[in-house]
Amino acid sequence: MEFASNITIAAIFQQVLVGLSRTTILFIVASGLSLVLGVLRIPNVAHGSLYMIGAFLAYTIATLFGGGTAGFWLALIIAPLGVALISFIAERGLFCHLYEREHLMLLLFTFSFTLVFGDLVKLVWGSDYRSLSAPVFMQGSFSIFDLPFPRYNLFLLVIGPLVALGLWFLTNKTKIGKIARAAAVDREMVGAVGINVSRVFAAVFVIGCFLAGLGGALVAPTQNITQGMDHAIIIEAFLIVIIGGLGNMWGALLGALIFGLTDSMGILLWPQFAIVFPYIAVIIVLLFRPKGLLKSTW
Amino acid sequence: MLQVKEIHTYYGLSHILFGVSLEVGKGEIVCLLGRNGAGKSTTMRSIMGLTPPRSGYIKYKGVTCTGQKPYLLARQGMGYVPDNRRVFADLTVGENLEISKGKPKDGKGWDKDRVYDFFPDLKKIDSRKAGFLSGGEQQMLTIARALMTNPDLLLLDEPTEGLAPLIIKMLEEQIARLKESGLTVLLAEQNLSVALRLSDRAYVIDNGSIRYHGTSKELQENDEVRQKYLCV
Repeated sequence: MEFASNITIAAIFQQVLVGLSRTTILFIVASGLSLVLGVLRIPNVAHGSLYMIGAFLAYTIATLFGGGTAGFWLALIIAPLGVALISFIAERGLFCHLYEREHLMLLLFTFSFTLVFGDLVKLVWGSDYRSLSAPVFMQGSFSIFDLPFPRYNLFLLVIGPLVALGLWFLTNKTKIGKIARAAAVDREMVGAVGINVSRVFAAVFVIGCFLAGLGGALVAPTQNITQGMDHAIIIEAFLIVIIGGLGNMWGALLGALIFGLTDSMGILLWPQFAIVFPYIAVIIVLLFRPKGLLKSTW
Repeated sequence: MLQVKEIHTYYGLSHILFGVSLEVGKGEIVCLLGRNGAGKSTTMRSIMGLTPPRSGYIKYKGVTCTGQKPYLLARQGMGYVPDNRRVFADLTVGENLEISKGKPKDGKGWDKDRVYDFFPDLKKIDSRKAGFLSGGEQQMLTIARALMTNPDLLLLDEPTEGLAPLIIKMLEEQIARLKESGLTVLLAEQNLSVALRLSDRAYVIDNGSIRYHGTSKELQENDEVRQKYLCV
Protein backbone atom coordinates (compact mmCIF):
# COMPACT_ATOMS: atom_id res chain seq x y z
CA MET A 1 0.00 0.00 0.00
CA GLU A 2 1.21 3.44 -0.87
CA PHE A 3 0.73 4.75 2.60
CA ALA A 4 1.64 8.40 2.99
CA SER A 5 4.13 8.33 0.14
CA ASN A 6 2.89 11.59 -1.36
CA ILE A 7 3.19 13.80 1.69
CA THR A 8 5.15 16.94 0.98
CA ILE A 9 5.08 20.36 2.55
CA ALA A 10 3.23 21.67 -0.47
CA ALA A 11 0.64 18.92 -0.28
CA ILE A 12 0.07 19.52 3.40
CA PHE A 13 -0.37 23.24 2.74
CA GLN A 14 -2.80 22.49 -0.04
CA GLN A 15 -4.85 20.16 2.14
CA VAL A 16 -4.89 22.68 4.97
CA LEU A 17 -6.48 25.16 2.58
CA VAL A 18 -8.96 22.55 1.40
CA GLY A 19 -9.74 21.74 5.03
CA LEU A 20 -10.24 25.39 5.89
CA SER A 21 -12.69 25.91 3.06
CA ARG A 22 -14.64 22.88 4.28
CA THR A 23 -14.44 24.41 7.75
CA THR A 24 -16.18 27.52 6.44
CA ILE A 25 -19.24 25.59 5.33
CA LEU A 26 -19.30 23.49 8.48
CA PHE A 27 -18.91 26.54 10.70
CA ILE A 28 -21.69 28.48 9.03
CA VAL A 29 -24.13 25.59 9.34
CA ALA A 30 -23.05 24.53 12.84
CA SER A 31 -23.06 28.08 14.24
CA GLY A 32 -26.69 28.46 13.19
CA LEU A 33 -27.55 25.15 14.82
CA SER A 34 -25.65 26.12 17.95
CA LEU A 35 -27.39 29.50 18.16
CA VAL A 36 -30.82 27.89 18.08
CA LEU A 37 -29.75 25.17 20.49
CA GLY A 38 -28.16 27.60 22.93
CA VAL A 39 -30.82 30.30 23.04
CA LEU A 40 -34.07 28.49 22.24
CA ARG A 41 -32.99 25.07 23.55
CA ILE A 42 -34.34 23.45 20.40
CA PRO A 43 -32.23 20.60 18.98
CA ASN A 44 -33.28 21.42 15.44
CA VAL A 45 -32.72 18.28 13.39
CA ALA A 46 -34.43 20.03 10.47
CA HIS A 47 -31.46 22.41 10.28
CA GLY A 48 -29.88 20.08 7.72
CA SER A 49 -33.06 20.14 5.64
CA LEU A 50 -32.93 23.92 5.54
CA TYR A 51 -29.33 23.65 4.35
CA MET A 52 -30.48 21.35 1.55
CA ILE A 53 -33.33 23.69 0.65
CA GLY A 54 -30.79 26.53 0.59
CA ALA A 55 -28.72 24.63 -1.96
CA PHE A 56 -31.70 23.76 -4.17
CA LEU A 57 -33.05 27.31 -3.97
CA ALA A 58 -29.65 28.65 -4.94
CA TYR A 59 -29.66 26.36 -7.98
CA THR A 60 -33.15 27.49 -9.01
CA ILE A 61 -32.47 31.18 -8.55
CA ALA A 62 -29.15 31.04 -10.38
CA THR A 63 -30.77 29.13 -13.27
CA LEU A 64 -33.66 31.57 -13.37
CA PHE A 65 -31.25 34.44 -13.87
CA GLY A 66 -29.37 32.71 -16.65
CA GLY A 67 -26.70 31.00 -14.61
CA GLY A 68 -24.15 33.80 -14.97
CA THR A 69 -22.25 35.81 -12.41
CA ALA A 70 -25.27 37.93 -11.52
CA GLY A 71 -27.35 34.80 -11.06
CA PHE A 72 -24.79 33.38 -8.65
CA TRP A 73 -24.70 36.49 -6.47
CA LEU A 74 -28.47 36.78 -6.43
CA ALA A 75 -28.74 33.11 -5.51
CA LEU A 76 -26.27 33.61 -2.70
CA ILE A 77 -28.40 36.42 -1.25
CA ILE A 78 -31.94 35.30 -2.03
CA ALA A 79 -31.65 31.58 -1.21
CA PRO A 80 -30.72 32.11 2.46
CA LEU A 81 -33.44 34.76 2.74
CA GLY A 82 -35.92 32.26 1.29
CA VAL A 83 -34.85 29.73 3.91
CA ALA A 84 -35.18 32.41 6.58
CA LEU A 85 -38.74 33.09 5.40
CA ILE A 86 -39.63 29.40 5.58
CA SER A 87 -38.21 29.21 9.10
CA PHE A 88 -40.07 32.37 10.11
CA ILE A 89 -43.37 30.82 9.05
CA ALA A 90 -42.52 27.56 10.83
CA GLU A 91 -41.53 29.43 14.00
CA ARG A 92 -44.56 31.71 14.22
CA GLY A 93 -46.94 29.00 13.14
CA LEU A 94 -45.66 26.04 15.13
CA PHE A 95 -42.42 26.25 17.09
CA CYS A 96 -43.41 29.25 19.20
CA HIS A 97 -46.13 27.19 20.87
CA LEU A 98 -43.71 24.48 21.91
CA TYR A 99 -40.89 26.22 23.77
CA GLU A 100 -41.98 24.95 27.14
CA ARG A 101 -42.06 21.32 26.03
CA GLU A 102 -39.32 18.90 26.97
CA HIS A 103 -36.36 18.35 24.67
CA LEU A 104 -37.43 14.91 23.49
CA MET A 105 -40.71 16.33 22.20
CA LEU A 106 -38.88 19.09 20.39
CA LEU A 107 -36.41 16.62 18.93
CA LEU A 108 -39.22 14.44 17.59
CA PHE A 109 -41.05 17.49 16.32
CA THR A 110 -38.07 18.81 14.38
CA PHE A 111 -37.39 15.30 13.12
CA SER A 112 -40.87 15.20 11.64
CA PHE A 113 -39.88 18.38 9.83
CA THR A 114 -36.92 16.65 8.19
CA LEU A 115 -39.39 14.18 6.69
CA VAL A 116 -41.77 16.90 5.56
CA PHE A 117 -38.99 19.06 4.10
CA GLY A 118 -37.38 16.03 2.47
CA ASP A 119 -40.61 15.19 0.65
CA LEU A 120 -41.21 18.82 -0.25
CA VAL A 121 -37.80 18.97 -1.91
CA LYS A 122 -38.62 15.78 -3.79
CA LEU A 123 -41.94 17.26 -4.94
CA VAL A 124 -40.46 20.55 -6.06
CA TRP A 125 -37.11 19.52 -7.49
CA GLY A 126 -37.54 15.83 -8.19
CA SER A 127 -34.90 13.30 -7.31
CA ASP A 128 -32.33 14.25 -9.95
CA TYR A 129 -28.90 15.63 -9.18
CA ARG A 130 -28.53 19.33 -9.72
CA SER A 131 -25.39 21.34 -10.06
CA LEU A 132 -24.59 24.99 -9.96
CA SER A 133 -21.44 26.50 -11.37
CA ALA A 134 -19.54 29.28 -9.72
CA PRO A 135 -19.16 32.54 -11.65
CA VAL A 136 -16.49 32.47 -14.33
CA PHE A 137 -13.87 34.36 -12.38
CA MET A 138 -14.17 31.85 -9.54
CA GLN A 139 -13.91 28.82 -11.80
CA GLY A 140 -10.76 26.78 -12.30
CA SER A 141 -7.76 26.70 -10.06
CA PHE A 142 -4.59 28.56 -9.41
CA SER A 143 -1.47 26.90 -8.23
CA ILE A 144 0.12 27.01 -4.84
CA PHE A 145 3.59 25.41 -4.78
CA ASP A 146 2.72 23.83 -8.13
CA LEU A 147 -0.39 22.16 -6.72
CA PRO A 148 -3.85 23.24 -7.88
CA PHE A 149 -6.24 24.98 -5.53
CA PRO A 150 -9.80 25.80 -6.63
CA ARG A 151 -10.50 29.52 -6.86
CA TYR A 152 -13.96 29.05 -5.38
CA ASN A 153 -12.43 27.66 -2.20
CA LEU A 154 -10.45 30.84 -1.82
CA PHE A 155 -13.75 32.71 -1.93
CA LEU A 156 -15.00 30.46 0.89
CA LEU A 157 -11.90 31.30 2.90
CA VAL A 158 -12.88 34.97 2.70
CA ILE A 159 -16.54 34.35 3.58
CA GLY A 160 -15.81 32.22 6.66
CA PRO A 161 -14.09 34.92 8.74
CA LEU A 162 -16.66 37.48 7.57
CA VAL A 163 -19.51 35.36 8.91
CA ALA A 164 -17.63 34.76 12.16
CA LEU A 165 -17.06 38.50 12.53
CA GLY A 166 -20.71 39.20 11.78
CA LEU A 167 -21.83 36.71 14.42
CA TRP A 168 -19.43 38.15 16.95
CA PHE A 169 -20.83 41.60 16.27
CA LEU A 170 -24.39 40.33 16.50
CA THR A 171 -23.99 38.55 19.83
CA ASN A 172 -21.74 41.08 21.55
CA LYS A 173 -22.59 44.48 20.16
CA THR A 174 -26.28 44.48 19.33
CA LYS A 175 -29.14 44.67 21.80
CA ILE A 176 -30.81 41.59 20.42
CA GLY A 177 -27.56 39.67 20.76
CA LYS A 178 -27.21 40.68 24.39
CA ILE A 179 -30.82 39.75 25.08
CA ALA A 180 -30.26 36.41 23.36
CA ARG A 181 -27.24 35.73 25.59
CA ALA A 182 -29.31 36.57 28.65
CA ALA A 183 -32.24 34.45 27.47
CA ALA A 184 -29.93 31.48 26.88
CA VAL A 185 -29.35 31.38 30.63
CA ASP A 186 -32.60 32.70 32.14
CA ARG A 187 -35.47 33.31 29.76
CA GLU A 188 -38.04 33.81 32.52
CA MET A 189 -36.07 36.70 34.00
CA VAL A 190 -35.66 38.29 30.56
CA GLY A 191 -39.45 38.37 30.32
CA ALA A 192 -39.71 39.84 33.81
CA VAL A 193 -37.70 42.92 32.79
CA GLY A 194 -40.23 43.71 30.07
CA ILE A 195 -38.74 42.00 27.04
CA ASN A 196 -40.99 40.06 24.70
CA VAL A 197 -38.94 36.86 24.72
CA SER A 198 -41.10 35.20 22.10
CA ARG A 199 -40.14 37.82 19.53
CA VAL A 200 -36.47 37.57 20.39
CA PHE A 201 -36.70 33.80 19.98
CA ALA A 202 -38.31 34.22 16.57
CA ALA A 203 -35.47 36.49 15.47
CA VAL A 204 -32.78 34.15 16.76
CA PHE A 205 -34.44 31.16 15.14
CA VAL A 206 -34.65 32.94 11.81
CA ILE A 207 -31.01 34.04 12.00
CA GLY A 208 -29.92 30.49 12.82
CA CYS A 209 -31.89 29.06 9.90
CA PHE A 210 -30.61 31.82 7.61
CA LEU A 211 -27.14 30.46 8.34
CA ALA A 212 -28.25 26.96 7.32
CA GLY A 213 -29.53 28.38 4.05
CA LEU A 214 -26.35 30.37 3.52
CA GLY A 215 -24.27 27.24 4.08
CA GLY A 216 -26.38 25.40 1.52
CA ALA A 217 -26.08 28.18 -1.04
CA LEU A 218 -22.32 28.41 -0.53
CA VAL A 219 -21.74 24.68 -0.82
CA ALA A 220 -23.84 24.38 -3.99
CA PRO A 221 -21.05 25.09 -6.53
CA THR A 222 -18.68 22.62 -4.87
CA GLN A 223 -20.76 19.45 -5.00
CA ASN A 224 -23.84 17.80 -6.44
CA ILE A 225 -27.05 19.10 -5.01
CA THR A 226 -28.98 15.99 -4.02
CA GLN A 227 -31.52 14.43 -1.76
CA GLY A 228 -29.73 13.18 1.31
CA MET A 229 -27.34 16.09 1.70
CA ASP A 230 -29.51 17.08 4.67
CA HIS A 231 -28.68 13.92 6.62
CA ALA A 232 -24.97 14.13 5.90
CA ILE A 233 -24.62 17.69 7.15
CA ILE A 234 -26.85 17.44 10.21
CA ILE A 235 -24.78 14.64 11.72
CA GLU A 236 -21.58 16.58 11.18
CA ALA A 237 -23.11 19.81 12.45
CA PHE A 238 -24.39 18.19 15.63
CA LEU A 239 -21.02 16.57 16.32
CA ILE A 240 -19.33 19.92 15.81
CA VAL A 241 -21.70 21.64 18.20
CA ILE A 242 -21.22 18.88 20.76
CA ILE A 243 -17.42 18.90 20.70
CA GLY A 244 -17.38 22.70 20.69
CA GLY A 245 -19.76 23.10 23.63
CA LEU A 246 -23.53 23.42 23.19
CA GLY A 247 -24.61 26.89 22.28
CA ASN A 248 -21.10 28.31 22.16
CA MET A 249 -20.40 30.16 18.93
CA TRP A 250 -16.63 29.92 19.24
CA GLY A 251 -17.01 26.28 20.15
CA ALA A 252 -18.75 25.80 16.81
CA LEU A 253 -15.80 27.45 15.09
CA LEU A 254 -13.32 25.28 16.93
CA GLY A 255 -15.34 22.14 16.26
CA ALA A 256 -15.64 23.01 12.57
CA LEU A 257 -11.87 23.54 12.38
CA ILE A 258 -11.21 20.16 13.96
CA PHE A 259 -13.72 18.48 11.68
CA GLY A 260 -12.60 20.22 8.50
CA LEU A 261 -8.88 19.80 9.07
CA THR A 262 -8.92 16.17 10.21
CA ASP A 263 -11.06 15.41 7.18
CA SER A 264 -8.64 16.99 4.70
CA MET A 265 -5.55 15.65 6.45
CA GLY A 266 -7.12 12.21 6.44
CA ILE A 267 -7.41 12.38 2.68
CA LEU A 268 -3.71 13.08 2.47
CA LEU A 269 -2.64 10.47 4.99
CA TRP A 270 -4.84 7.56 4.15
CA PRO A 271 -7.37 8.30 1.40
CA GLN A 272 -9.31 5.01 1.59
CA PHE A 273 -9.85 5.52 5.29
CA ALA A 274 -10.22 9.32 5.30
CA ILE A 275 -13.88 9.41 6.27
CA VAL A 276 -13.24 8.14 9.78
CA PHE A 277 -10.60 10.69 10.80
CA PRO A 278 -13.04 13.42 11.91
CA TYR A 279 -15.04 10.88 13.92
CA ILE A 280 -11.91 9.65 15.66
CA ALA A 281 -11.15 13.27 16.50
CA VAL A 282 -14.64 13.62 17.96
CA ILE A 283 -14.15 10.52 20.11
CA ILE A 284 -10.81 11.79 21.38
CA VAL A 285 -12.25 15.21 22.24
CA LEU A 286 -15.22 13.70 24.06
CA LEU A 287 -13.01 11.27 26.00
CA PHE A 288 -11.14 14.20 27.50
CA ARG A 289 -13.81 16.90 27.44
CA PRO A 290 -17.21 15.19 27.60
CA LYS A 291 -18.98 18.56 27.83
CA GLY A 292 -17.18 20.01 24.82
CA LEU A 293 -14.09 22.15 24.44
CA LEU A 294 -15.60 25.50 25.37
CA LYS A 295 -18.19 26.47 27.95
CA SER A 296 -21.65 25.21 27.13
CA THR A 297 -24.68 27.42 27.76
CA TRP A 298 -26.67 24.39 28.90
CA MET B 1 -52.11 49.98 43.47
CA LEU B 2 -52.17 46.22 43.93
CA GLN B 3 -55.01 44.01 45.06
CA VAL B 4 -54.60 40.24 45.40
CA LYS B 5 -57.83 38.36 46.09
CA GLU B 6 -58.18 34.73 47.15
CA ILE B 7 -55.51 33.34 44.85
CA HIS B 8 -54.73 29.63 44.65
CA THR B 9 -51.43 28.80 42.99
CA TYR B 10 -50.01 25.40 42.06
CA TYR B 11 -46.66 24.09 40.90
CA GLY B 12 -47.81 21.25 38.70
CA LEU B 13 -49.89 19.13 41.06
CA SER B 14 -48.75 20.65 44.32
CA HIS B 15 -51.04 23.23 45.79
CA ILE B 16 -48.91 26.05 47.22
CA LEU B 17 -51.09 29.07 47.91
CA PHE B 18 -54.49 28.64 49.56
CA GLY B 19 -56.54 31.75 48.99
CA VAL B 20 -53.97 34.45 49.60
CA SER B 21 -55.36 37.98 49.69
CA LEU B 22 -53.43 41.19 50.22
CA GLU B 23 -53.45 44.82 49.24
CA VAL B 24 -50.74 47.38 48.64
CA GLY B 25 -51.62 51.08 48.45
CA LYS B 26 -49.79 53.67 46.42
CA GLY B 27 -46.59 54.87 48.06
CA GLU B 28 -46.61 52.18 50.75
CA ILE B 29 -44.00 49.63 51.67
CA VAL B 30 -45.84 46.47 52.63
CA CYS B 31 -43.95 43.46 53.85
CA LEU B 32 -44.80 39.82 53.51
CA LEU B 33 -43.21 37.82 56.30
CA GLY B 34 -42.88 34.10 56.62
CA ARG B 35 -40.52 31.20 57.07
CA ASN B 36 -38.79 29.30 54.30
CA GLY B 37 -41.38 27.58 52.14
CA ALA B 38 -44.28 29.56 53.58
CA GLY B 39 -45.29 30.84 50.15
CA LYS B 40 -43.62 34.27 49.96
CA SER B 41 -41.82 33.70 46.66
CA THR B 42 -44.81 31.94 45.14
CA THR B 43 -46.98 34.94 46.02
CA MET B 44 -44.47 37.22 44.33
CA ARG B 45 -44.28 34.95 41.28
CA SER B 46 -48.06 34.81 41.08
CA ILE B 47 -48.31 38.59 41.08
CA MET B 48 -45.61 38.92 38.41
CA GLY B 49 -47.41 36.37 36.23
CA LEU B 50 -44.54 33.86 36.34
CA THR B 51 -46.72 31.20 37.99
CA PRO B 52 -50.24 32.49 37.40
CA PRO B 53 -52.85 31.50 40.00
CA ARG B 54 -55.50 28.98 38.97
CA SER B 55 -58.26 30.80 40.78
CA GLY B 56 -58.74 34.16 42.42
CA TYR B 57 -57.70 37.41 40.80
CA ILE B 58 -55.03 40.07 40.90
CA LYS B 59 -55.78 43.72 40.16
CA TYR B 60 -53.01 46.12 39.32
CA LYS B 61 -53.76 49.85 39.09
CA GLY B 62 -57.43 48.91 39.26
CA VAL B 63 -57.34 46.57 36.27
CA THR B 64 -57.52 42.79 36.50
CA CYS B 65 -54.19 41.41 35.30
CA THR B 66 -54.43 37.74 36.30
CA GLY B 67 -52.74 35.52 33.74
CA GLN B 68 -51.13 38.35 31.83
CA LYS B 69 -47.65 37.76 30.39
CA PRO B 70 -44.81 38.91 32.68
CA TYR B 71 -43.25 41.15 30.03
CA LEU B 72 -46.52 43.06 29.63
CA LEU B 73 -46.82 43.51 33.40
CA ALA B 74 -43.22 44.75 33.48
CA ARG B 75 -44.06 47.30 30.79
CA GLN B 76 -47.01 48.47 32.86
CA GLY B 77 -44.67 49.27 35.70
CA MET B 78 -44.30 46.11 37.72
CA GLY B 79 -40.68 45.62 38.70
CA TYR B 80 -39.55 42.19 39.87
CA VAL B 81 -36.47 41.41 41.96
CA PRO B 82 -36.26 37.62 42.32
CA ASP B 83 -35.17 35.90 45.50
CA ASN B 84 -32.07 34.15 44.24
CA ARG B 85 -30.77 37.25 42.42
CA ARG B 86 -30.62 35.77 38.92
CA VAL B 87 -28.47 38.38 37.26
CA PHE B 88 -27.67 37.76 33.59
CA ALA B 89 -24.34 36.18 34.43
CA ASP B 90 -22.83 36.23 30.93
CA LEU B 91 -23.47 39.92 30.49
CA THR B 92 -21.56 42.80 32.02
CA VAL B 93 -23.17 44.99 34.67
CA GLY B 94 -23.74 47.70 32.08
CA GLU B 95 -25.28 45.25 29.60
CA ASN B 96 -27.58 43.88 32.30
CA LEU B 97 -28.94 47.39 32.74
CA GLU B 98 -29.04 48.30 29.04
CA ILE B 99 -31.21 45.39 27.97
CA SER B 100 -33.63 46.03 30.85
CA LYS B 101 -34.21 49.67 29.96
CA GLY B 102 -37.90 50.38 29.53
CA LYS B 103 -39.69 53.28 27.92
CA PRO B 104 -40.14 56.11 30.42
CA LYS B 105 -43.79 56.82 31.02
CA ASP B 106 -43.57 60.48 31.95
CA GLY B 107 -40.29 61.74 30.49
CA LYS B 108 -38.02 61.28 33.53
CA GLY B 109 -37.44 57.55 33.55
CA TRP B 110 -34.48 55.64 34.91
CA ASP B 111 -31.38 55.38 32.76
CA LYS B 112 -27.93 54.02 33.42
CA ASP B 113 -26.56 57.30 34.76
CA ARG B 114 -29.39 57.74 37.22
CA VAL B 115 -29.09 54.15 38.40
CA TYR B 116 -25.34 54.60 38.87
CA ASP B 117 -25.99 57.76 40.88
CA PHE B 118 -28.26 55.69 43.07
CA PHE B 119 -25.84 52.76 43.37
CA PRO B 120 -22.36 54.33 42.98
CA ASP B 121 -20.75 50.95 43.70
CA LEU B 122 -22.16 49.58 40.45
CA LYS B 123 -20.62 52.34 38.37
CA LYS B 124 -17.13 51.16 39.28
CA ILE B 125 -17.83 47.64 38.01
CA ASP B 126 -19.73 48.63 34.86
CA SER B 127 -17.70 46.40 32.56
CA ARG B 128 -17.42 43.38 34.85
CA LYS B 129 -19.34 40.19 34.07
CA ALA B 130 -22.32 39.95 36.41
CA GLY B 131 -21.49 36.31 37.18
CA PHE B 132 -18.28 37.41 38.90
CA LEU B 133 -19.88 39.85 41.34
CA SER B 134 -20.24 39.39 45.10
CA GLY B 135 -23.65 38.61 46.57
CA GLY B 136 -24.21 42.21 47.64
CA GLU B 137 -23.22 43.56 44.24
CA GLN B 138 -25.51 41.09 42.51
CA GLN B 139 -28.39 42.13 44.77
CA MET B 140 -27.78 45.80 43.95
CA LEU B 141 -27.68 44.90 40.27
CA THR B 142 -31.02 43.04 40.38
CA ILE B 143 -32.64 46.04 42.07
CA ALA B 144 -30.96 48.40 39.60
CA ARG B 145 -32.11 46.23 36.73
CA ALA B 146 -35.70 46.35 37.97
CA LEU B 147 -35.44 50.15 38.33
CA MET B 148 -34.38 50.40 34.67
CA THR B 149 -37.82 49.11 33.69
CA ASN B 150 -39.31 52.27 35.33
CA PRO B 151 -41.49 50.52 37.90
CA ASP B 152 -44.32 52.02 39.91
CA LEU B 153 -44.55 48.89 42.05
CA LEU B 154 -41.46 46.98 43.06
CA LEU B 155 -41.74 43.33 44.08
CA LEU B 156 -38.69 42.74 46.25
CA ASP B 157 -38.18 39.10 47.13
CA GLU B 158 -35.84 38.60 50.10
CA PRO B 159 -33.26 41.22 49.18
CA THR B 160 -31.24 40.65 52.36
CA GLU B 161 -30.97 36.87 52.05
CA GLY B 162 -27.44 35.64 52.64
CA LEU B 163 -25.85 39.08 52.85
CA ALA B 164 -23.46 40.53 55.42
CA PRO B 165 -24.94 42.90 58.06
CA LEU B 166 -23.13 45.93 56.66
CA ILE B 167 -24.50 45.31 53.16
CA ILE B 168 -27.98 44.74 54.59
CA LYS B 169 -27.82 48.10 56.32
CA MET B 170 -26.79 49.78 53.09
CA LEU B 171 -29.60 48.08 51.14
CA GLU B 172 -32.10 49.07 53.80
CA GLU B 173 -31.14 52.71 53.34
CA GLN B 174 -31.48 52.42 49.57
CA ILE B 175 -34.94 50.86 49.83
CA ALA B 176 -36.01 53.65 52.18
CA ARG B 177 -34.76 56.16 49.61
CA LEU B 178 -36.75 54.42 46.90
CA LYS B 179 -39.88 54.84 48.98
CA GLU B 180 -39.13 58.53 49.39
CA SER B 181 -38.94 58.84 45.62
CA GLY B 182 -42.56 57.66 45.48
CA LEU B 183 -42.09 53.99 44.66
CA THR B 184 -44.52 51.42 46.05
CA VAL B 185 -42.88 48.27 47.38
CA LEU B 186 -44.05 44.79 48.27
CA LEU B 187 -41.22 43.31 50.28
CA ALA B 188 -40.99 39.60 51.05
CA GLU B 189 -38.62 39.02 53.95
CA GLN B 190 -37.44 36.67 56.65
CA ASN B 191 -35.38 39.36 58.29
CA LEU B 192 -38.02 40.68 60.65
CA SER B 193 -36.18 43.68 62.05
CA VAL B 194 -35.26 45.08 58.63
CA ALA B 195 -38.73 44.43 57.24
CA LEU B 196 -40.56 46.05 60.16
CA ARG B 197 -38.30 49.12 60.13
CA LEU B 198 -38.94 49.64 56.41
CA SER B 199 -42.62 48.83 56.08
CA ASP B 200 -45.90 50.51 56.93
CA ARG B 201 -47.97 47.36 57.08
CA ALA B 202 -47.21 43.68 57.37
CA TYR B 203 -48.75 40.38 56.31
CA VAL B 204 -47.64 37.11 57.86
CA ILE B 205 -47.88 34.05 55.62
CA ASP B 206 -47.58 30.42 56.70
CA ASN B 207 -48.32 27.21 54.79
CA GLY B 208 -49.69 29.18 51.88
CA SER B 209 -52.25 31.23 53.79
CA ILE B 210 -52.18 34.72 55.28
CA ARG B 211 -52.25 34.27 59.08
CA TYR B 212 -51.98 37.83 60.27
CA HIS B 213 -52.35 41.32 58.94
CA GLY B 214 -51.72 44.62 60.67
CA THR B 215 -49.49 47.64 60.81
CA SER B 216 -45.83 46.96 61.33
CA LYS B 217 -46.04 48.54 64.75
CA GLU B 218 -48.84 46.17 65.81
CA LEU B 219 -46.87 43.16 64.67
CA GLN B 220 -43.82 44.42 66.53
CA GLU B 221 -45.89 44.33 69.71
CA ASN B 222 -47.68 41.06 69.03
CA ASP B 223 -45.39 38.43 70.54
CA GLU B 224 -47.83 35.59 70.03
CA VAL B 225 -48.06 35.88 66.24
CA ARG B 226 -44.33 36.42 65.93
CA GLN B 227 -43.54 33.32 67.93
CA LYS B 228 -46.14 31.13 66.30
CA TYR B 229 -45.40 31.88 62.65
CA LEU B 230 -41.96 33.44 62.54
CA CYS B 231 -40.17 31.74 65.46
CA VAL B 232 -38.84 35.02 66.82
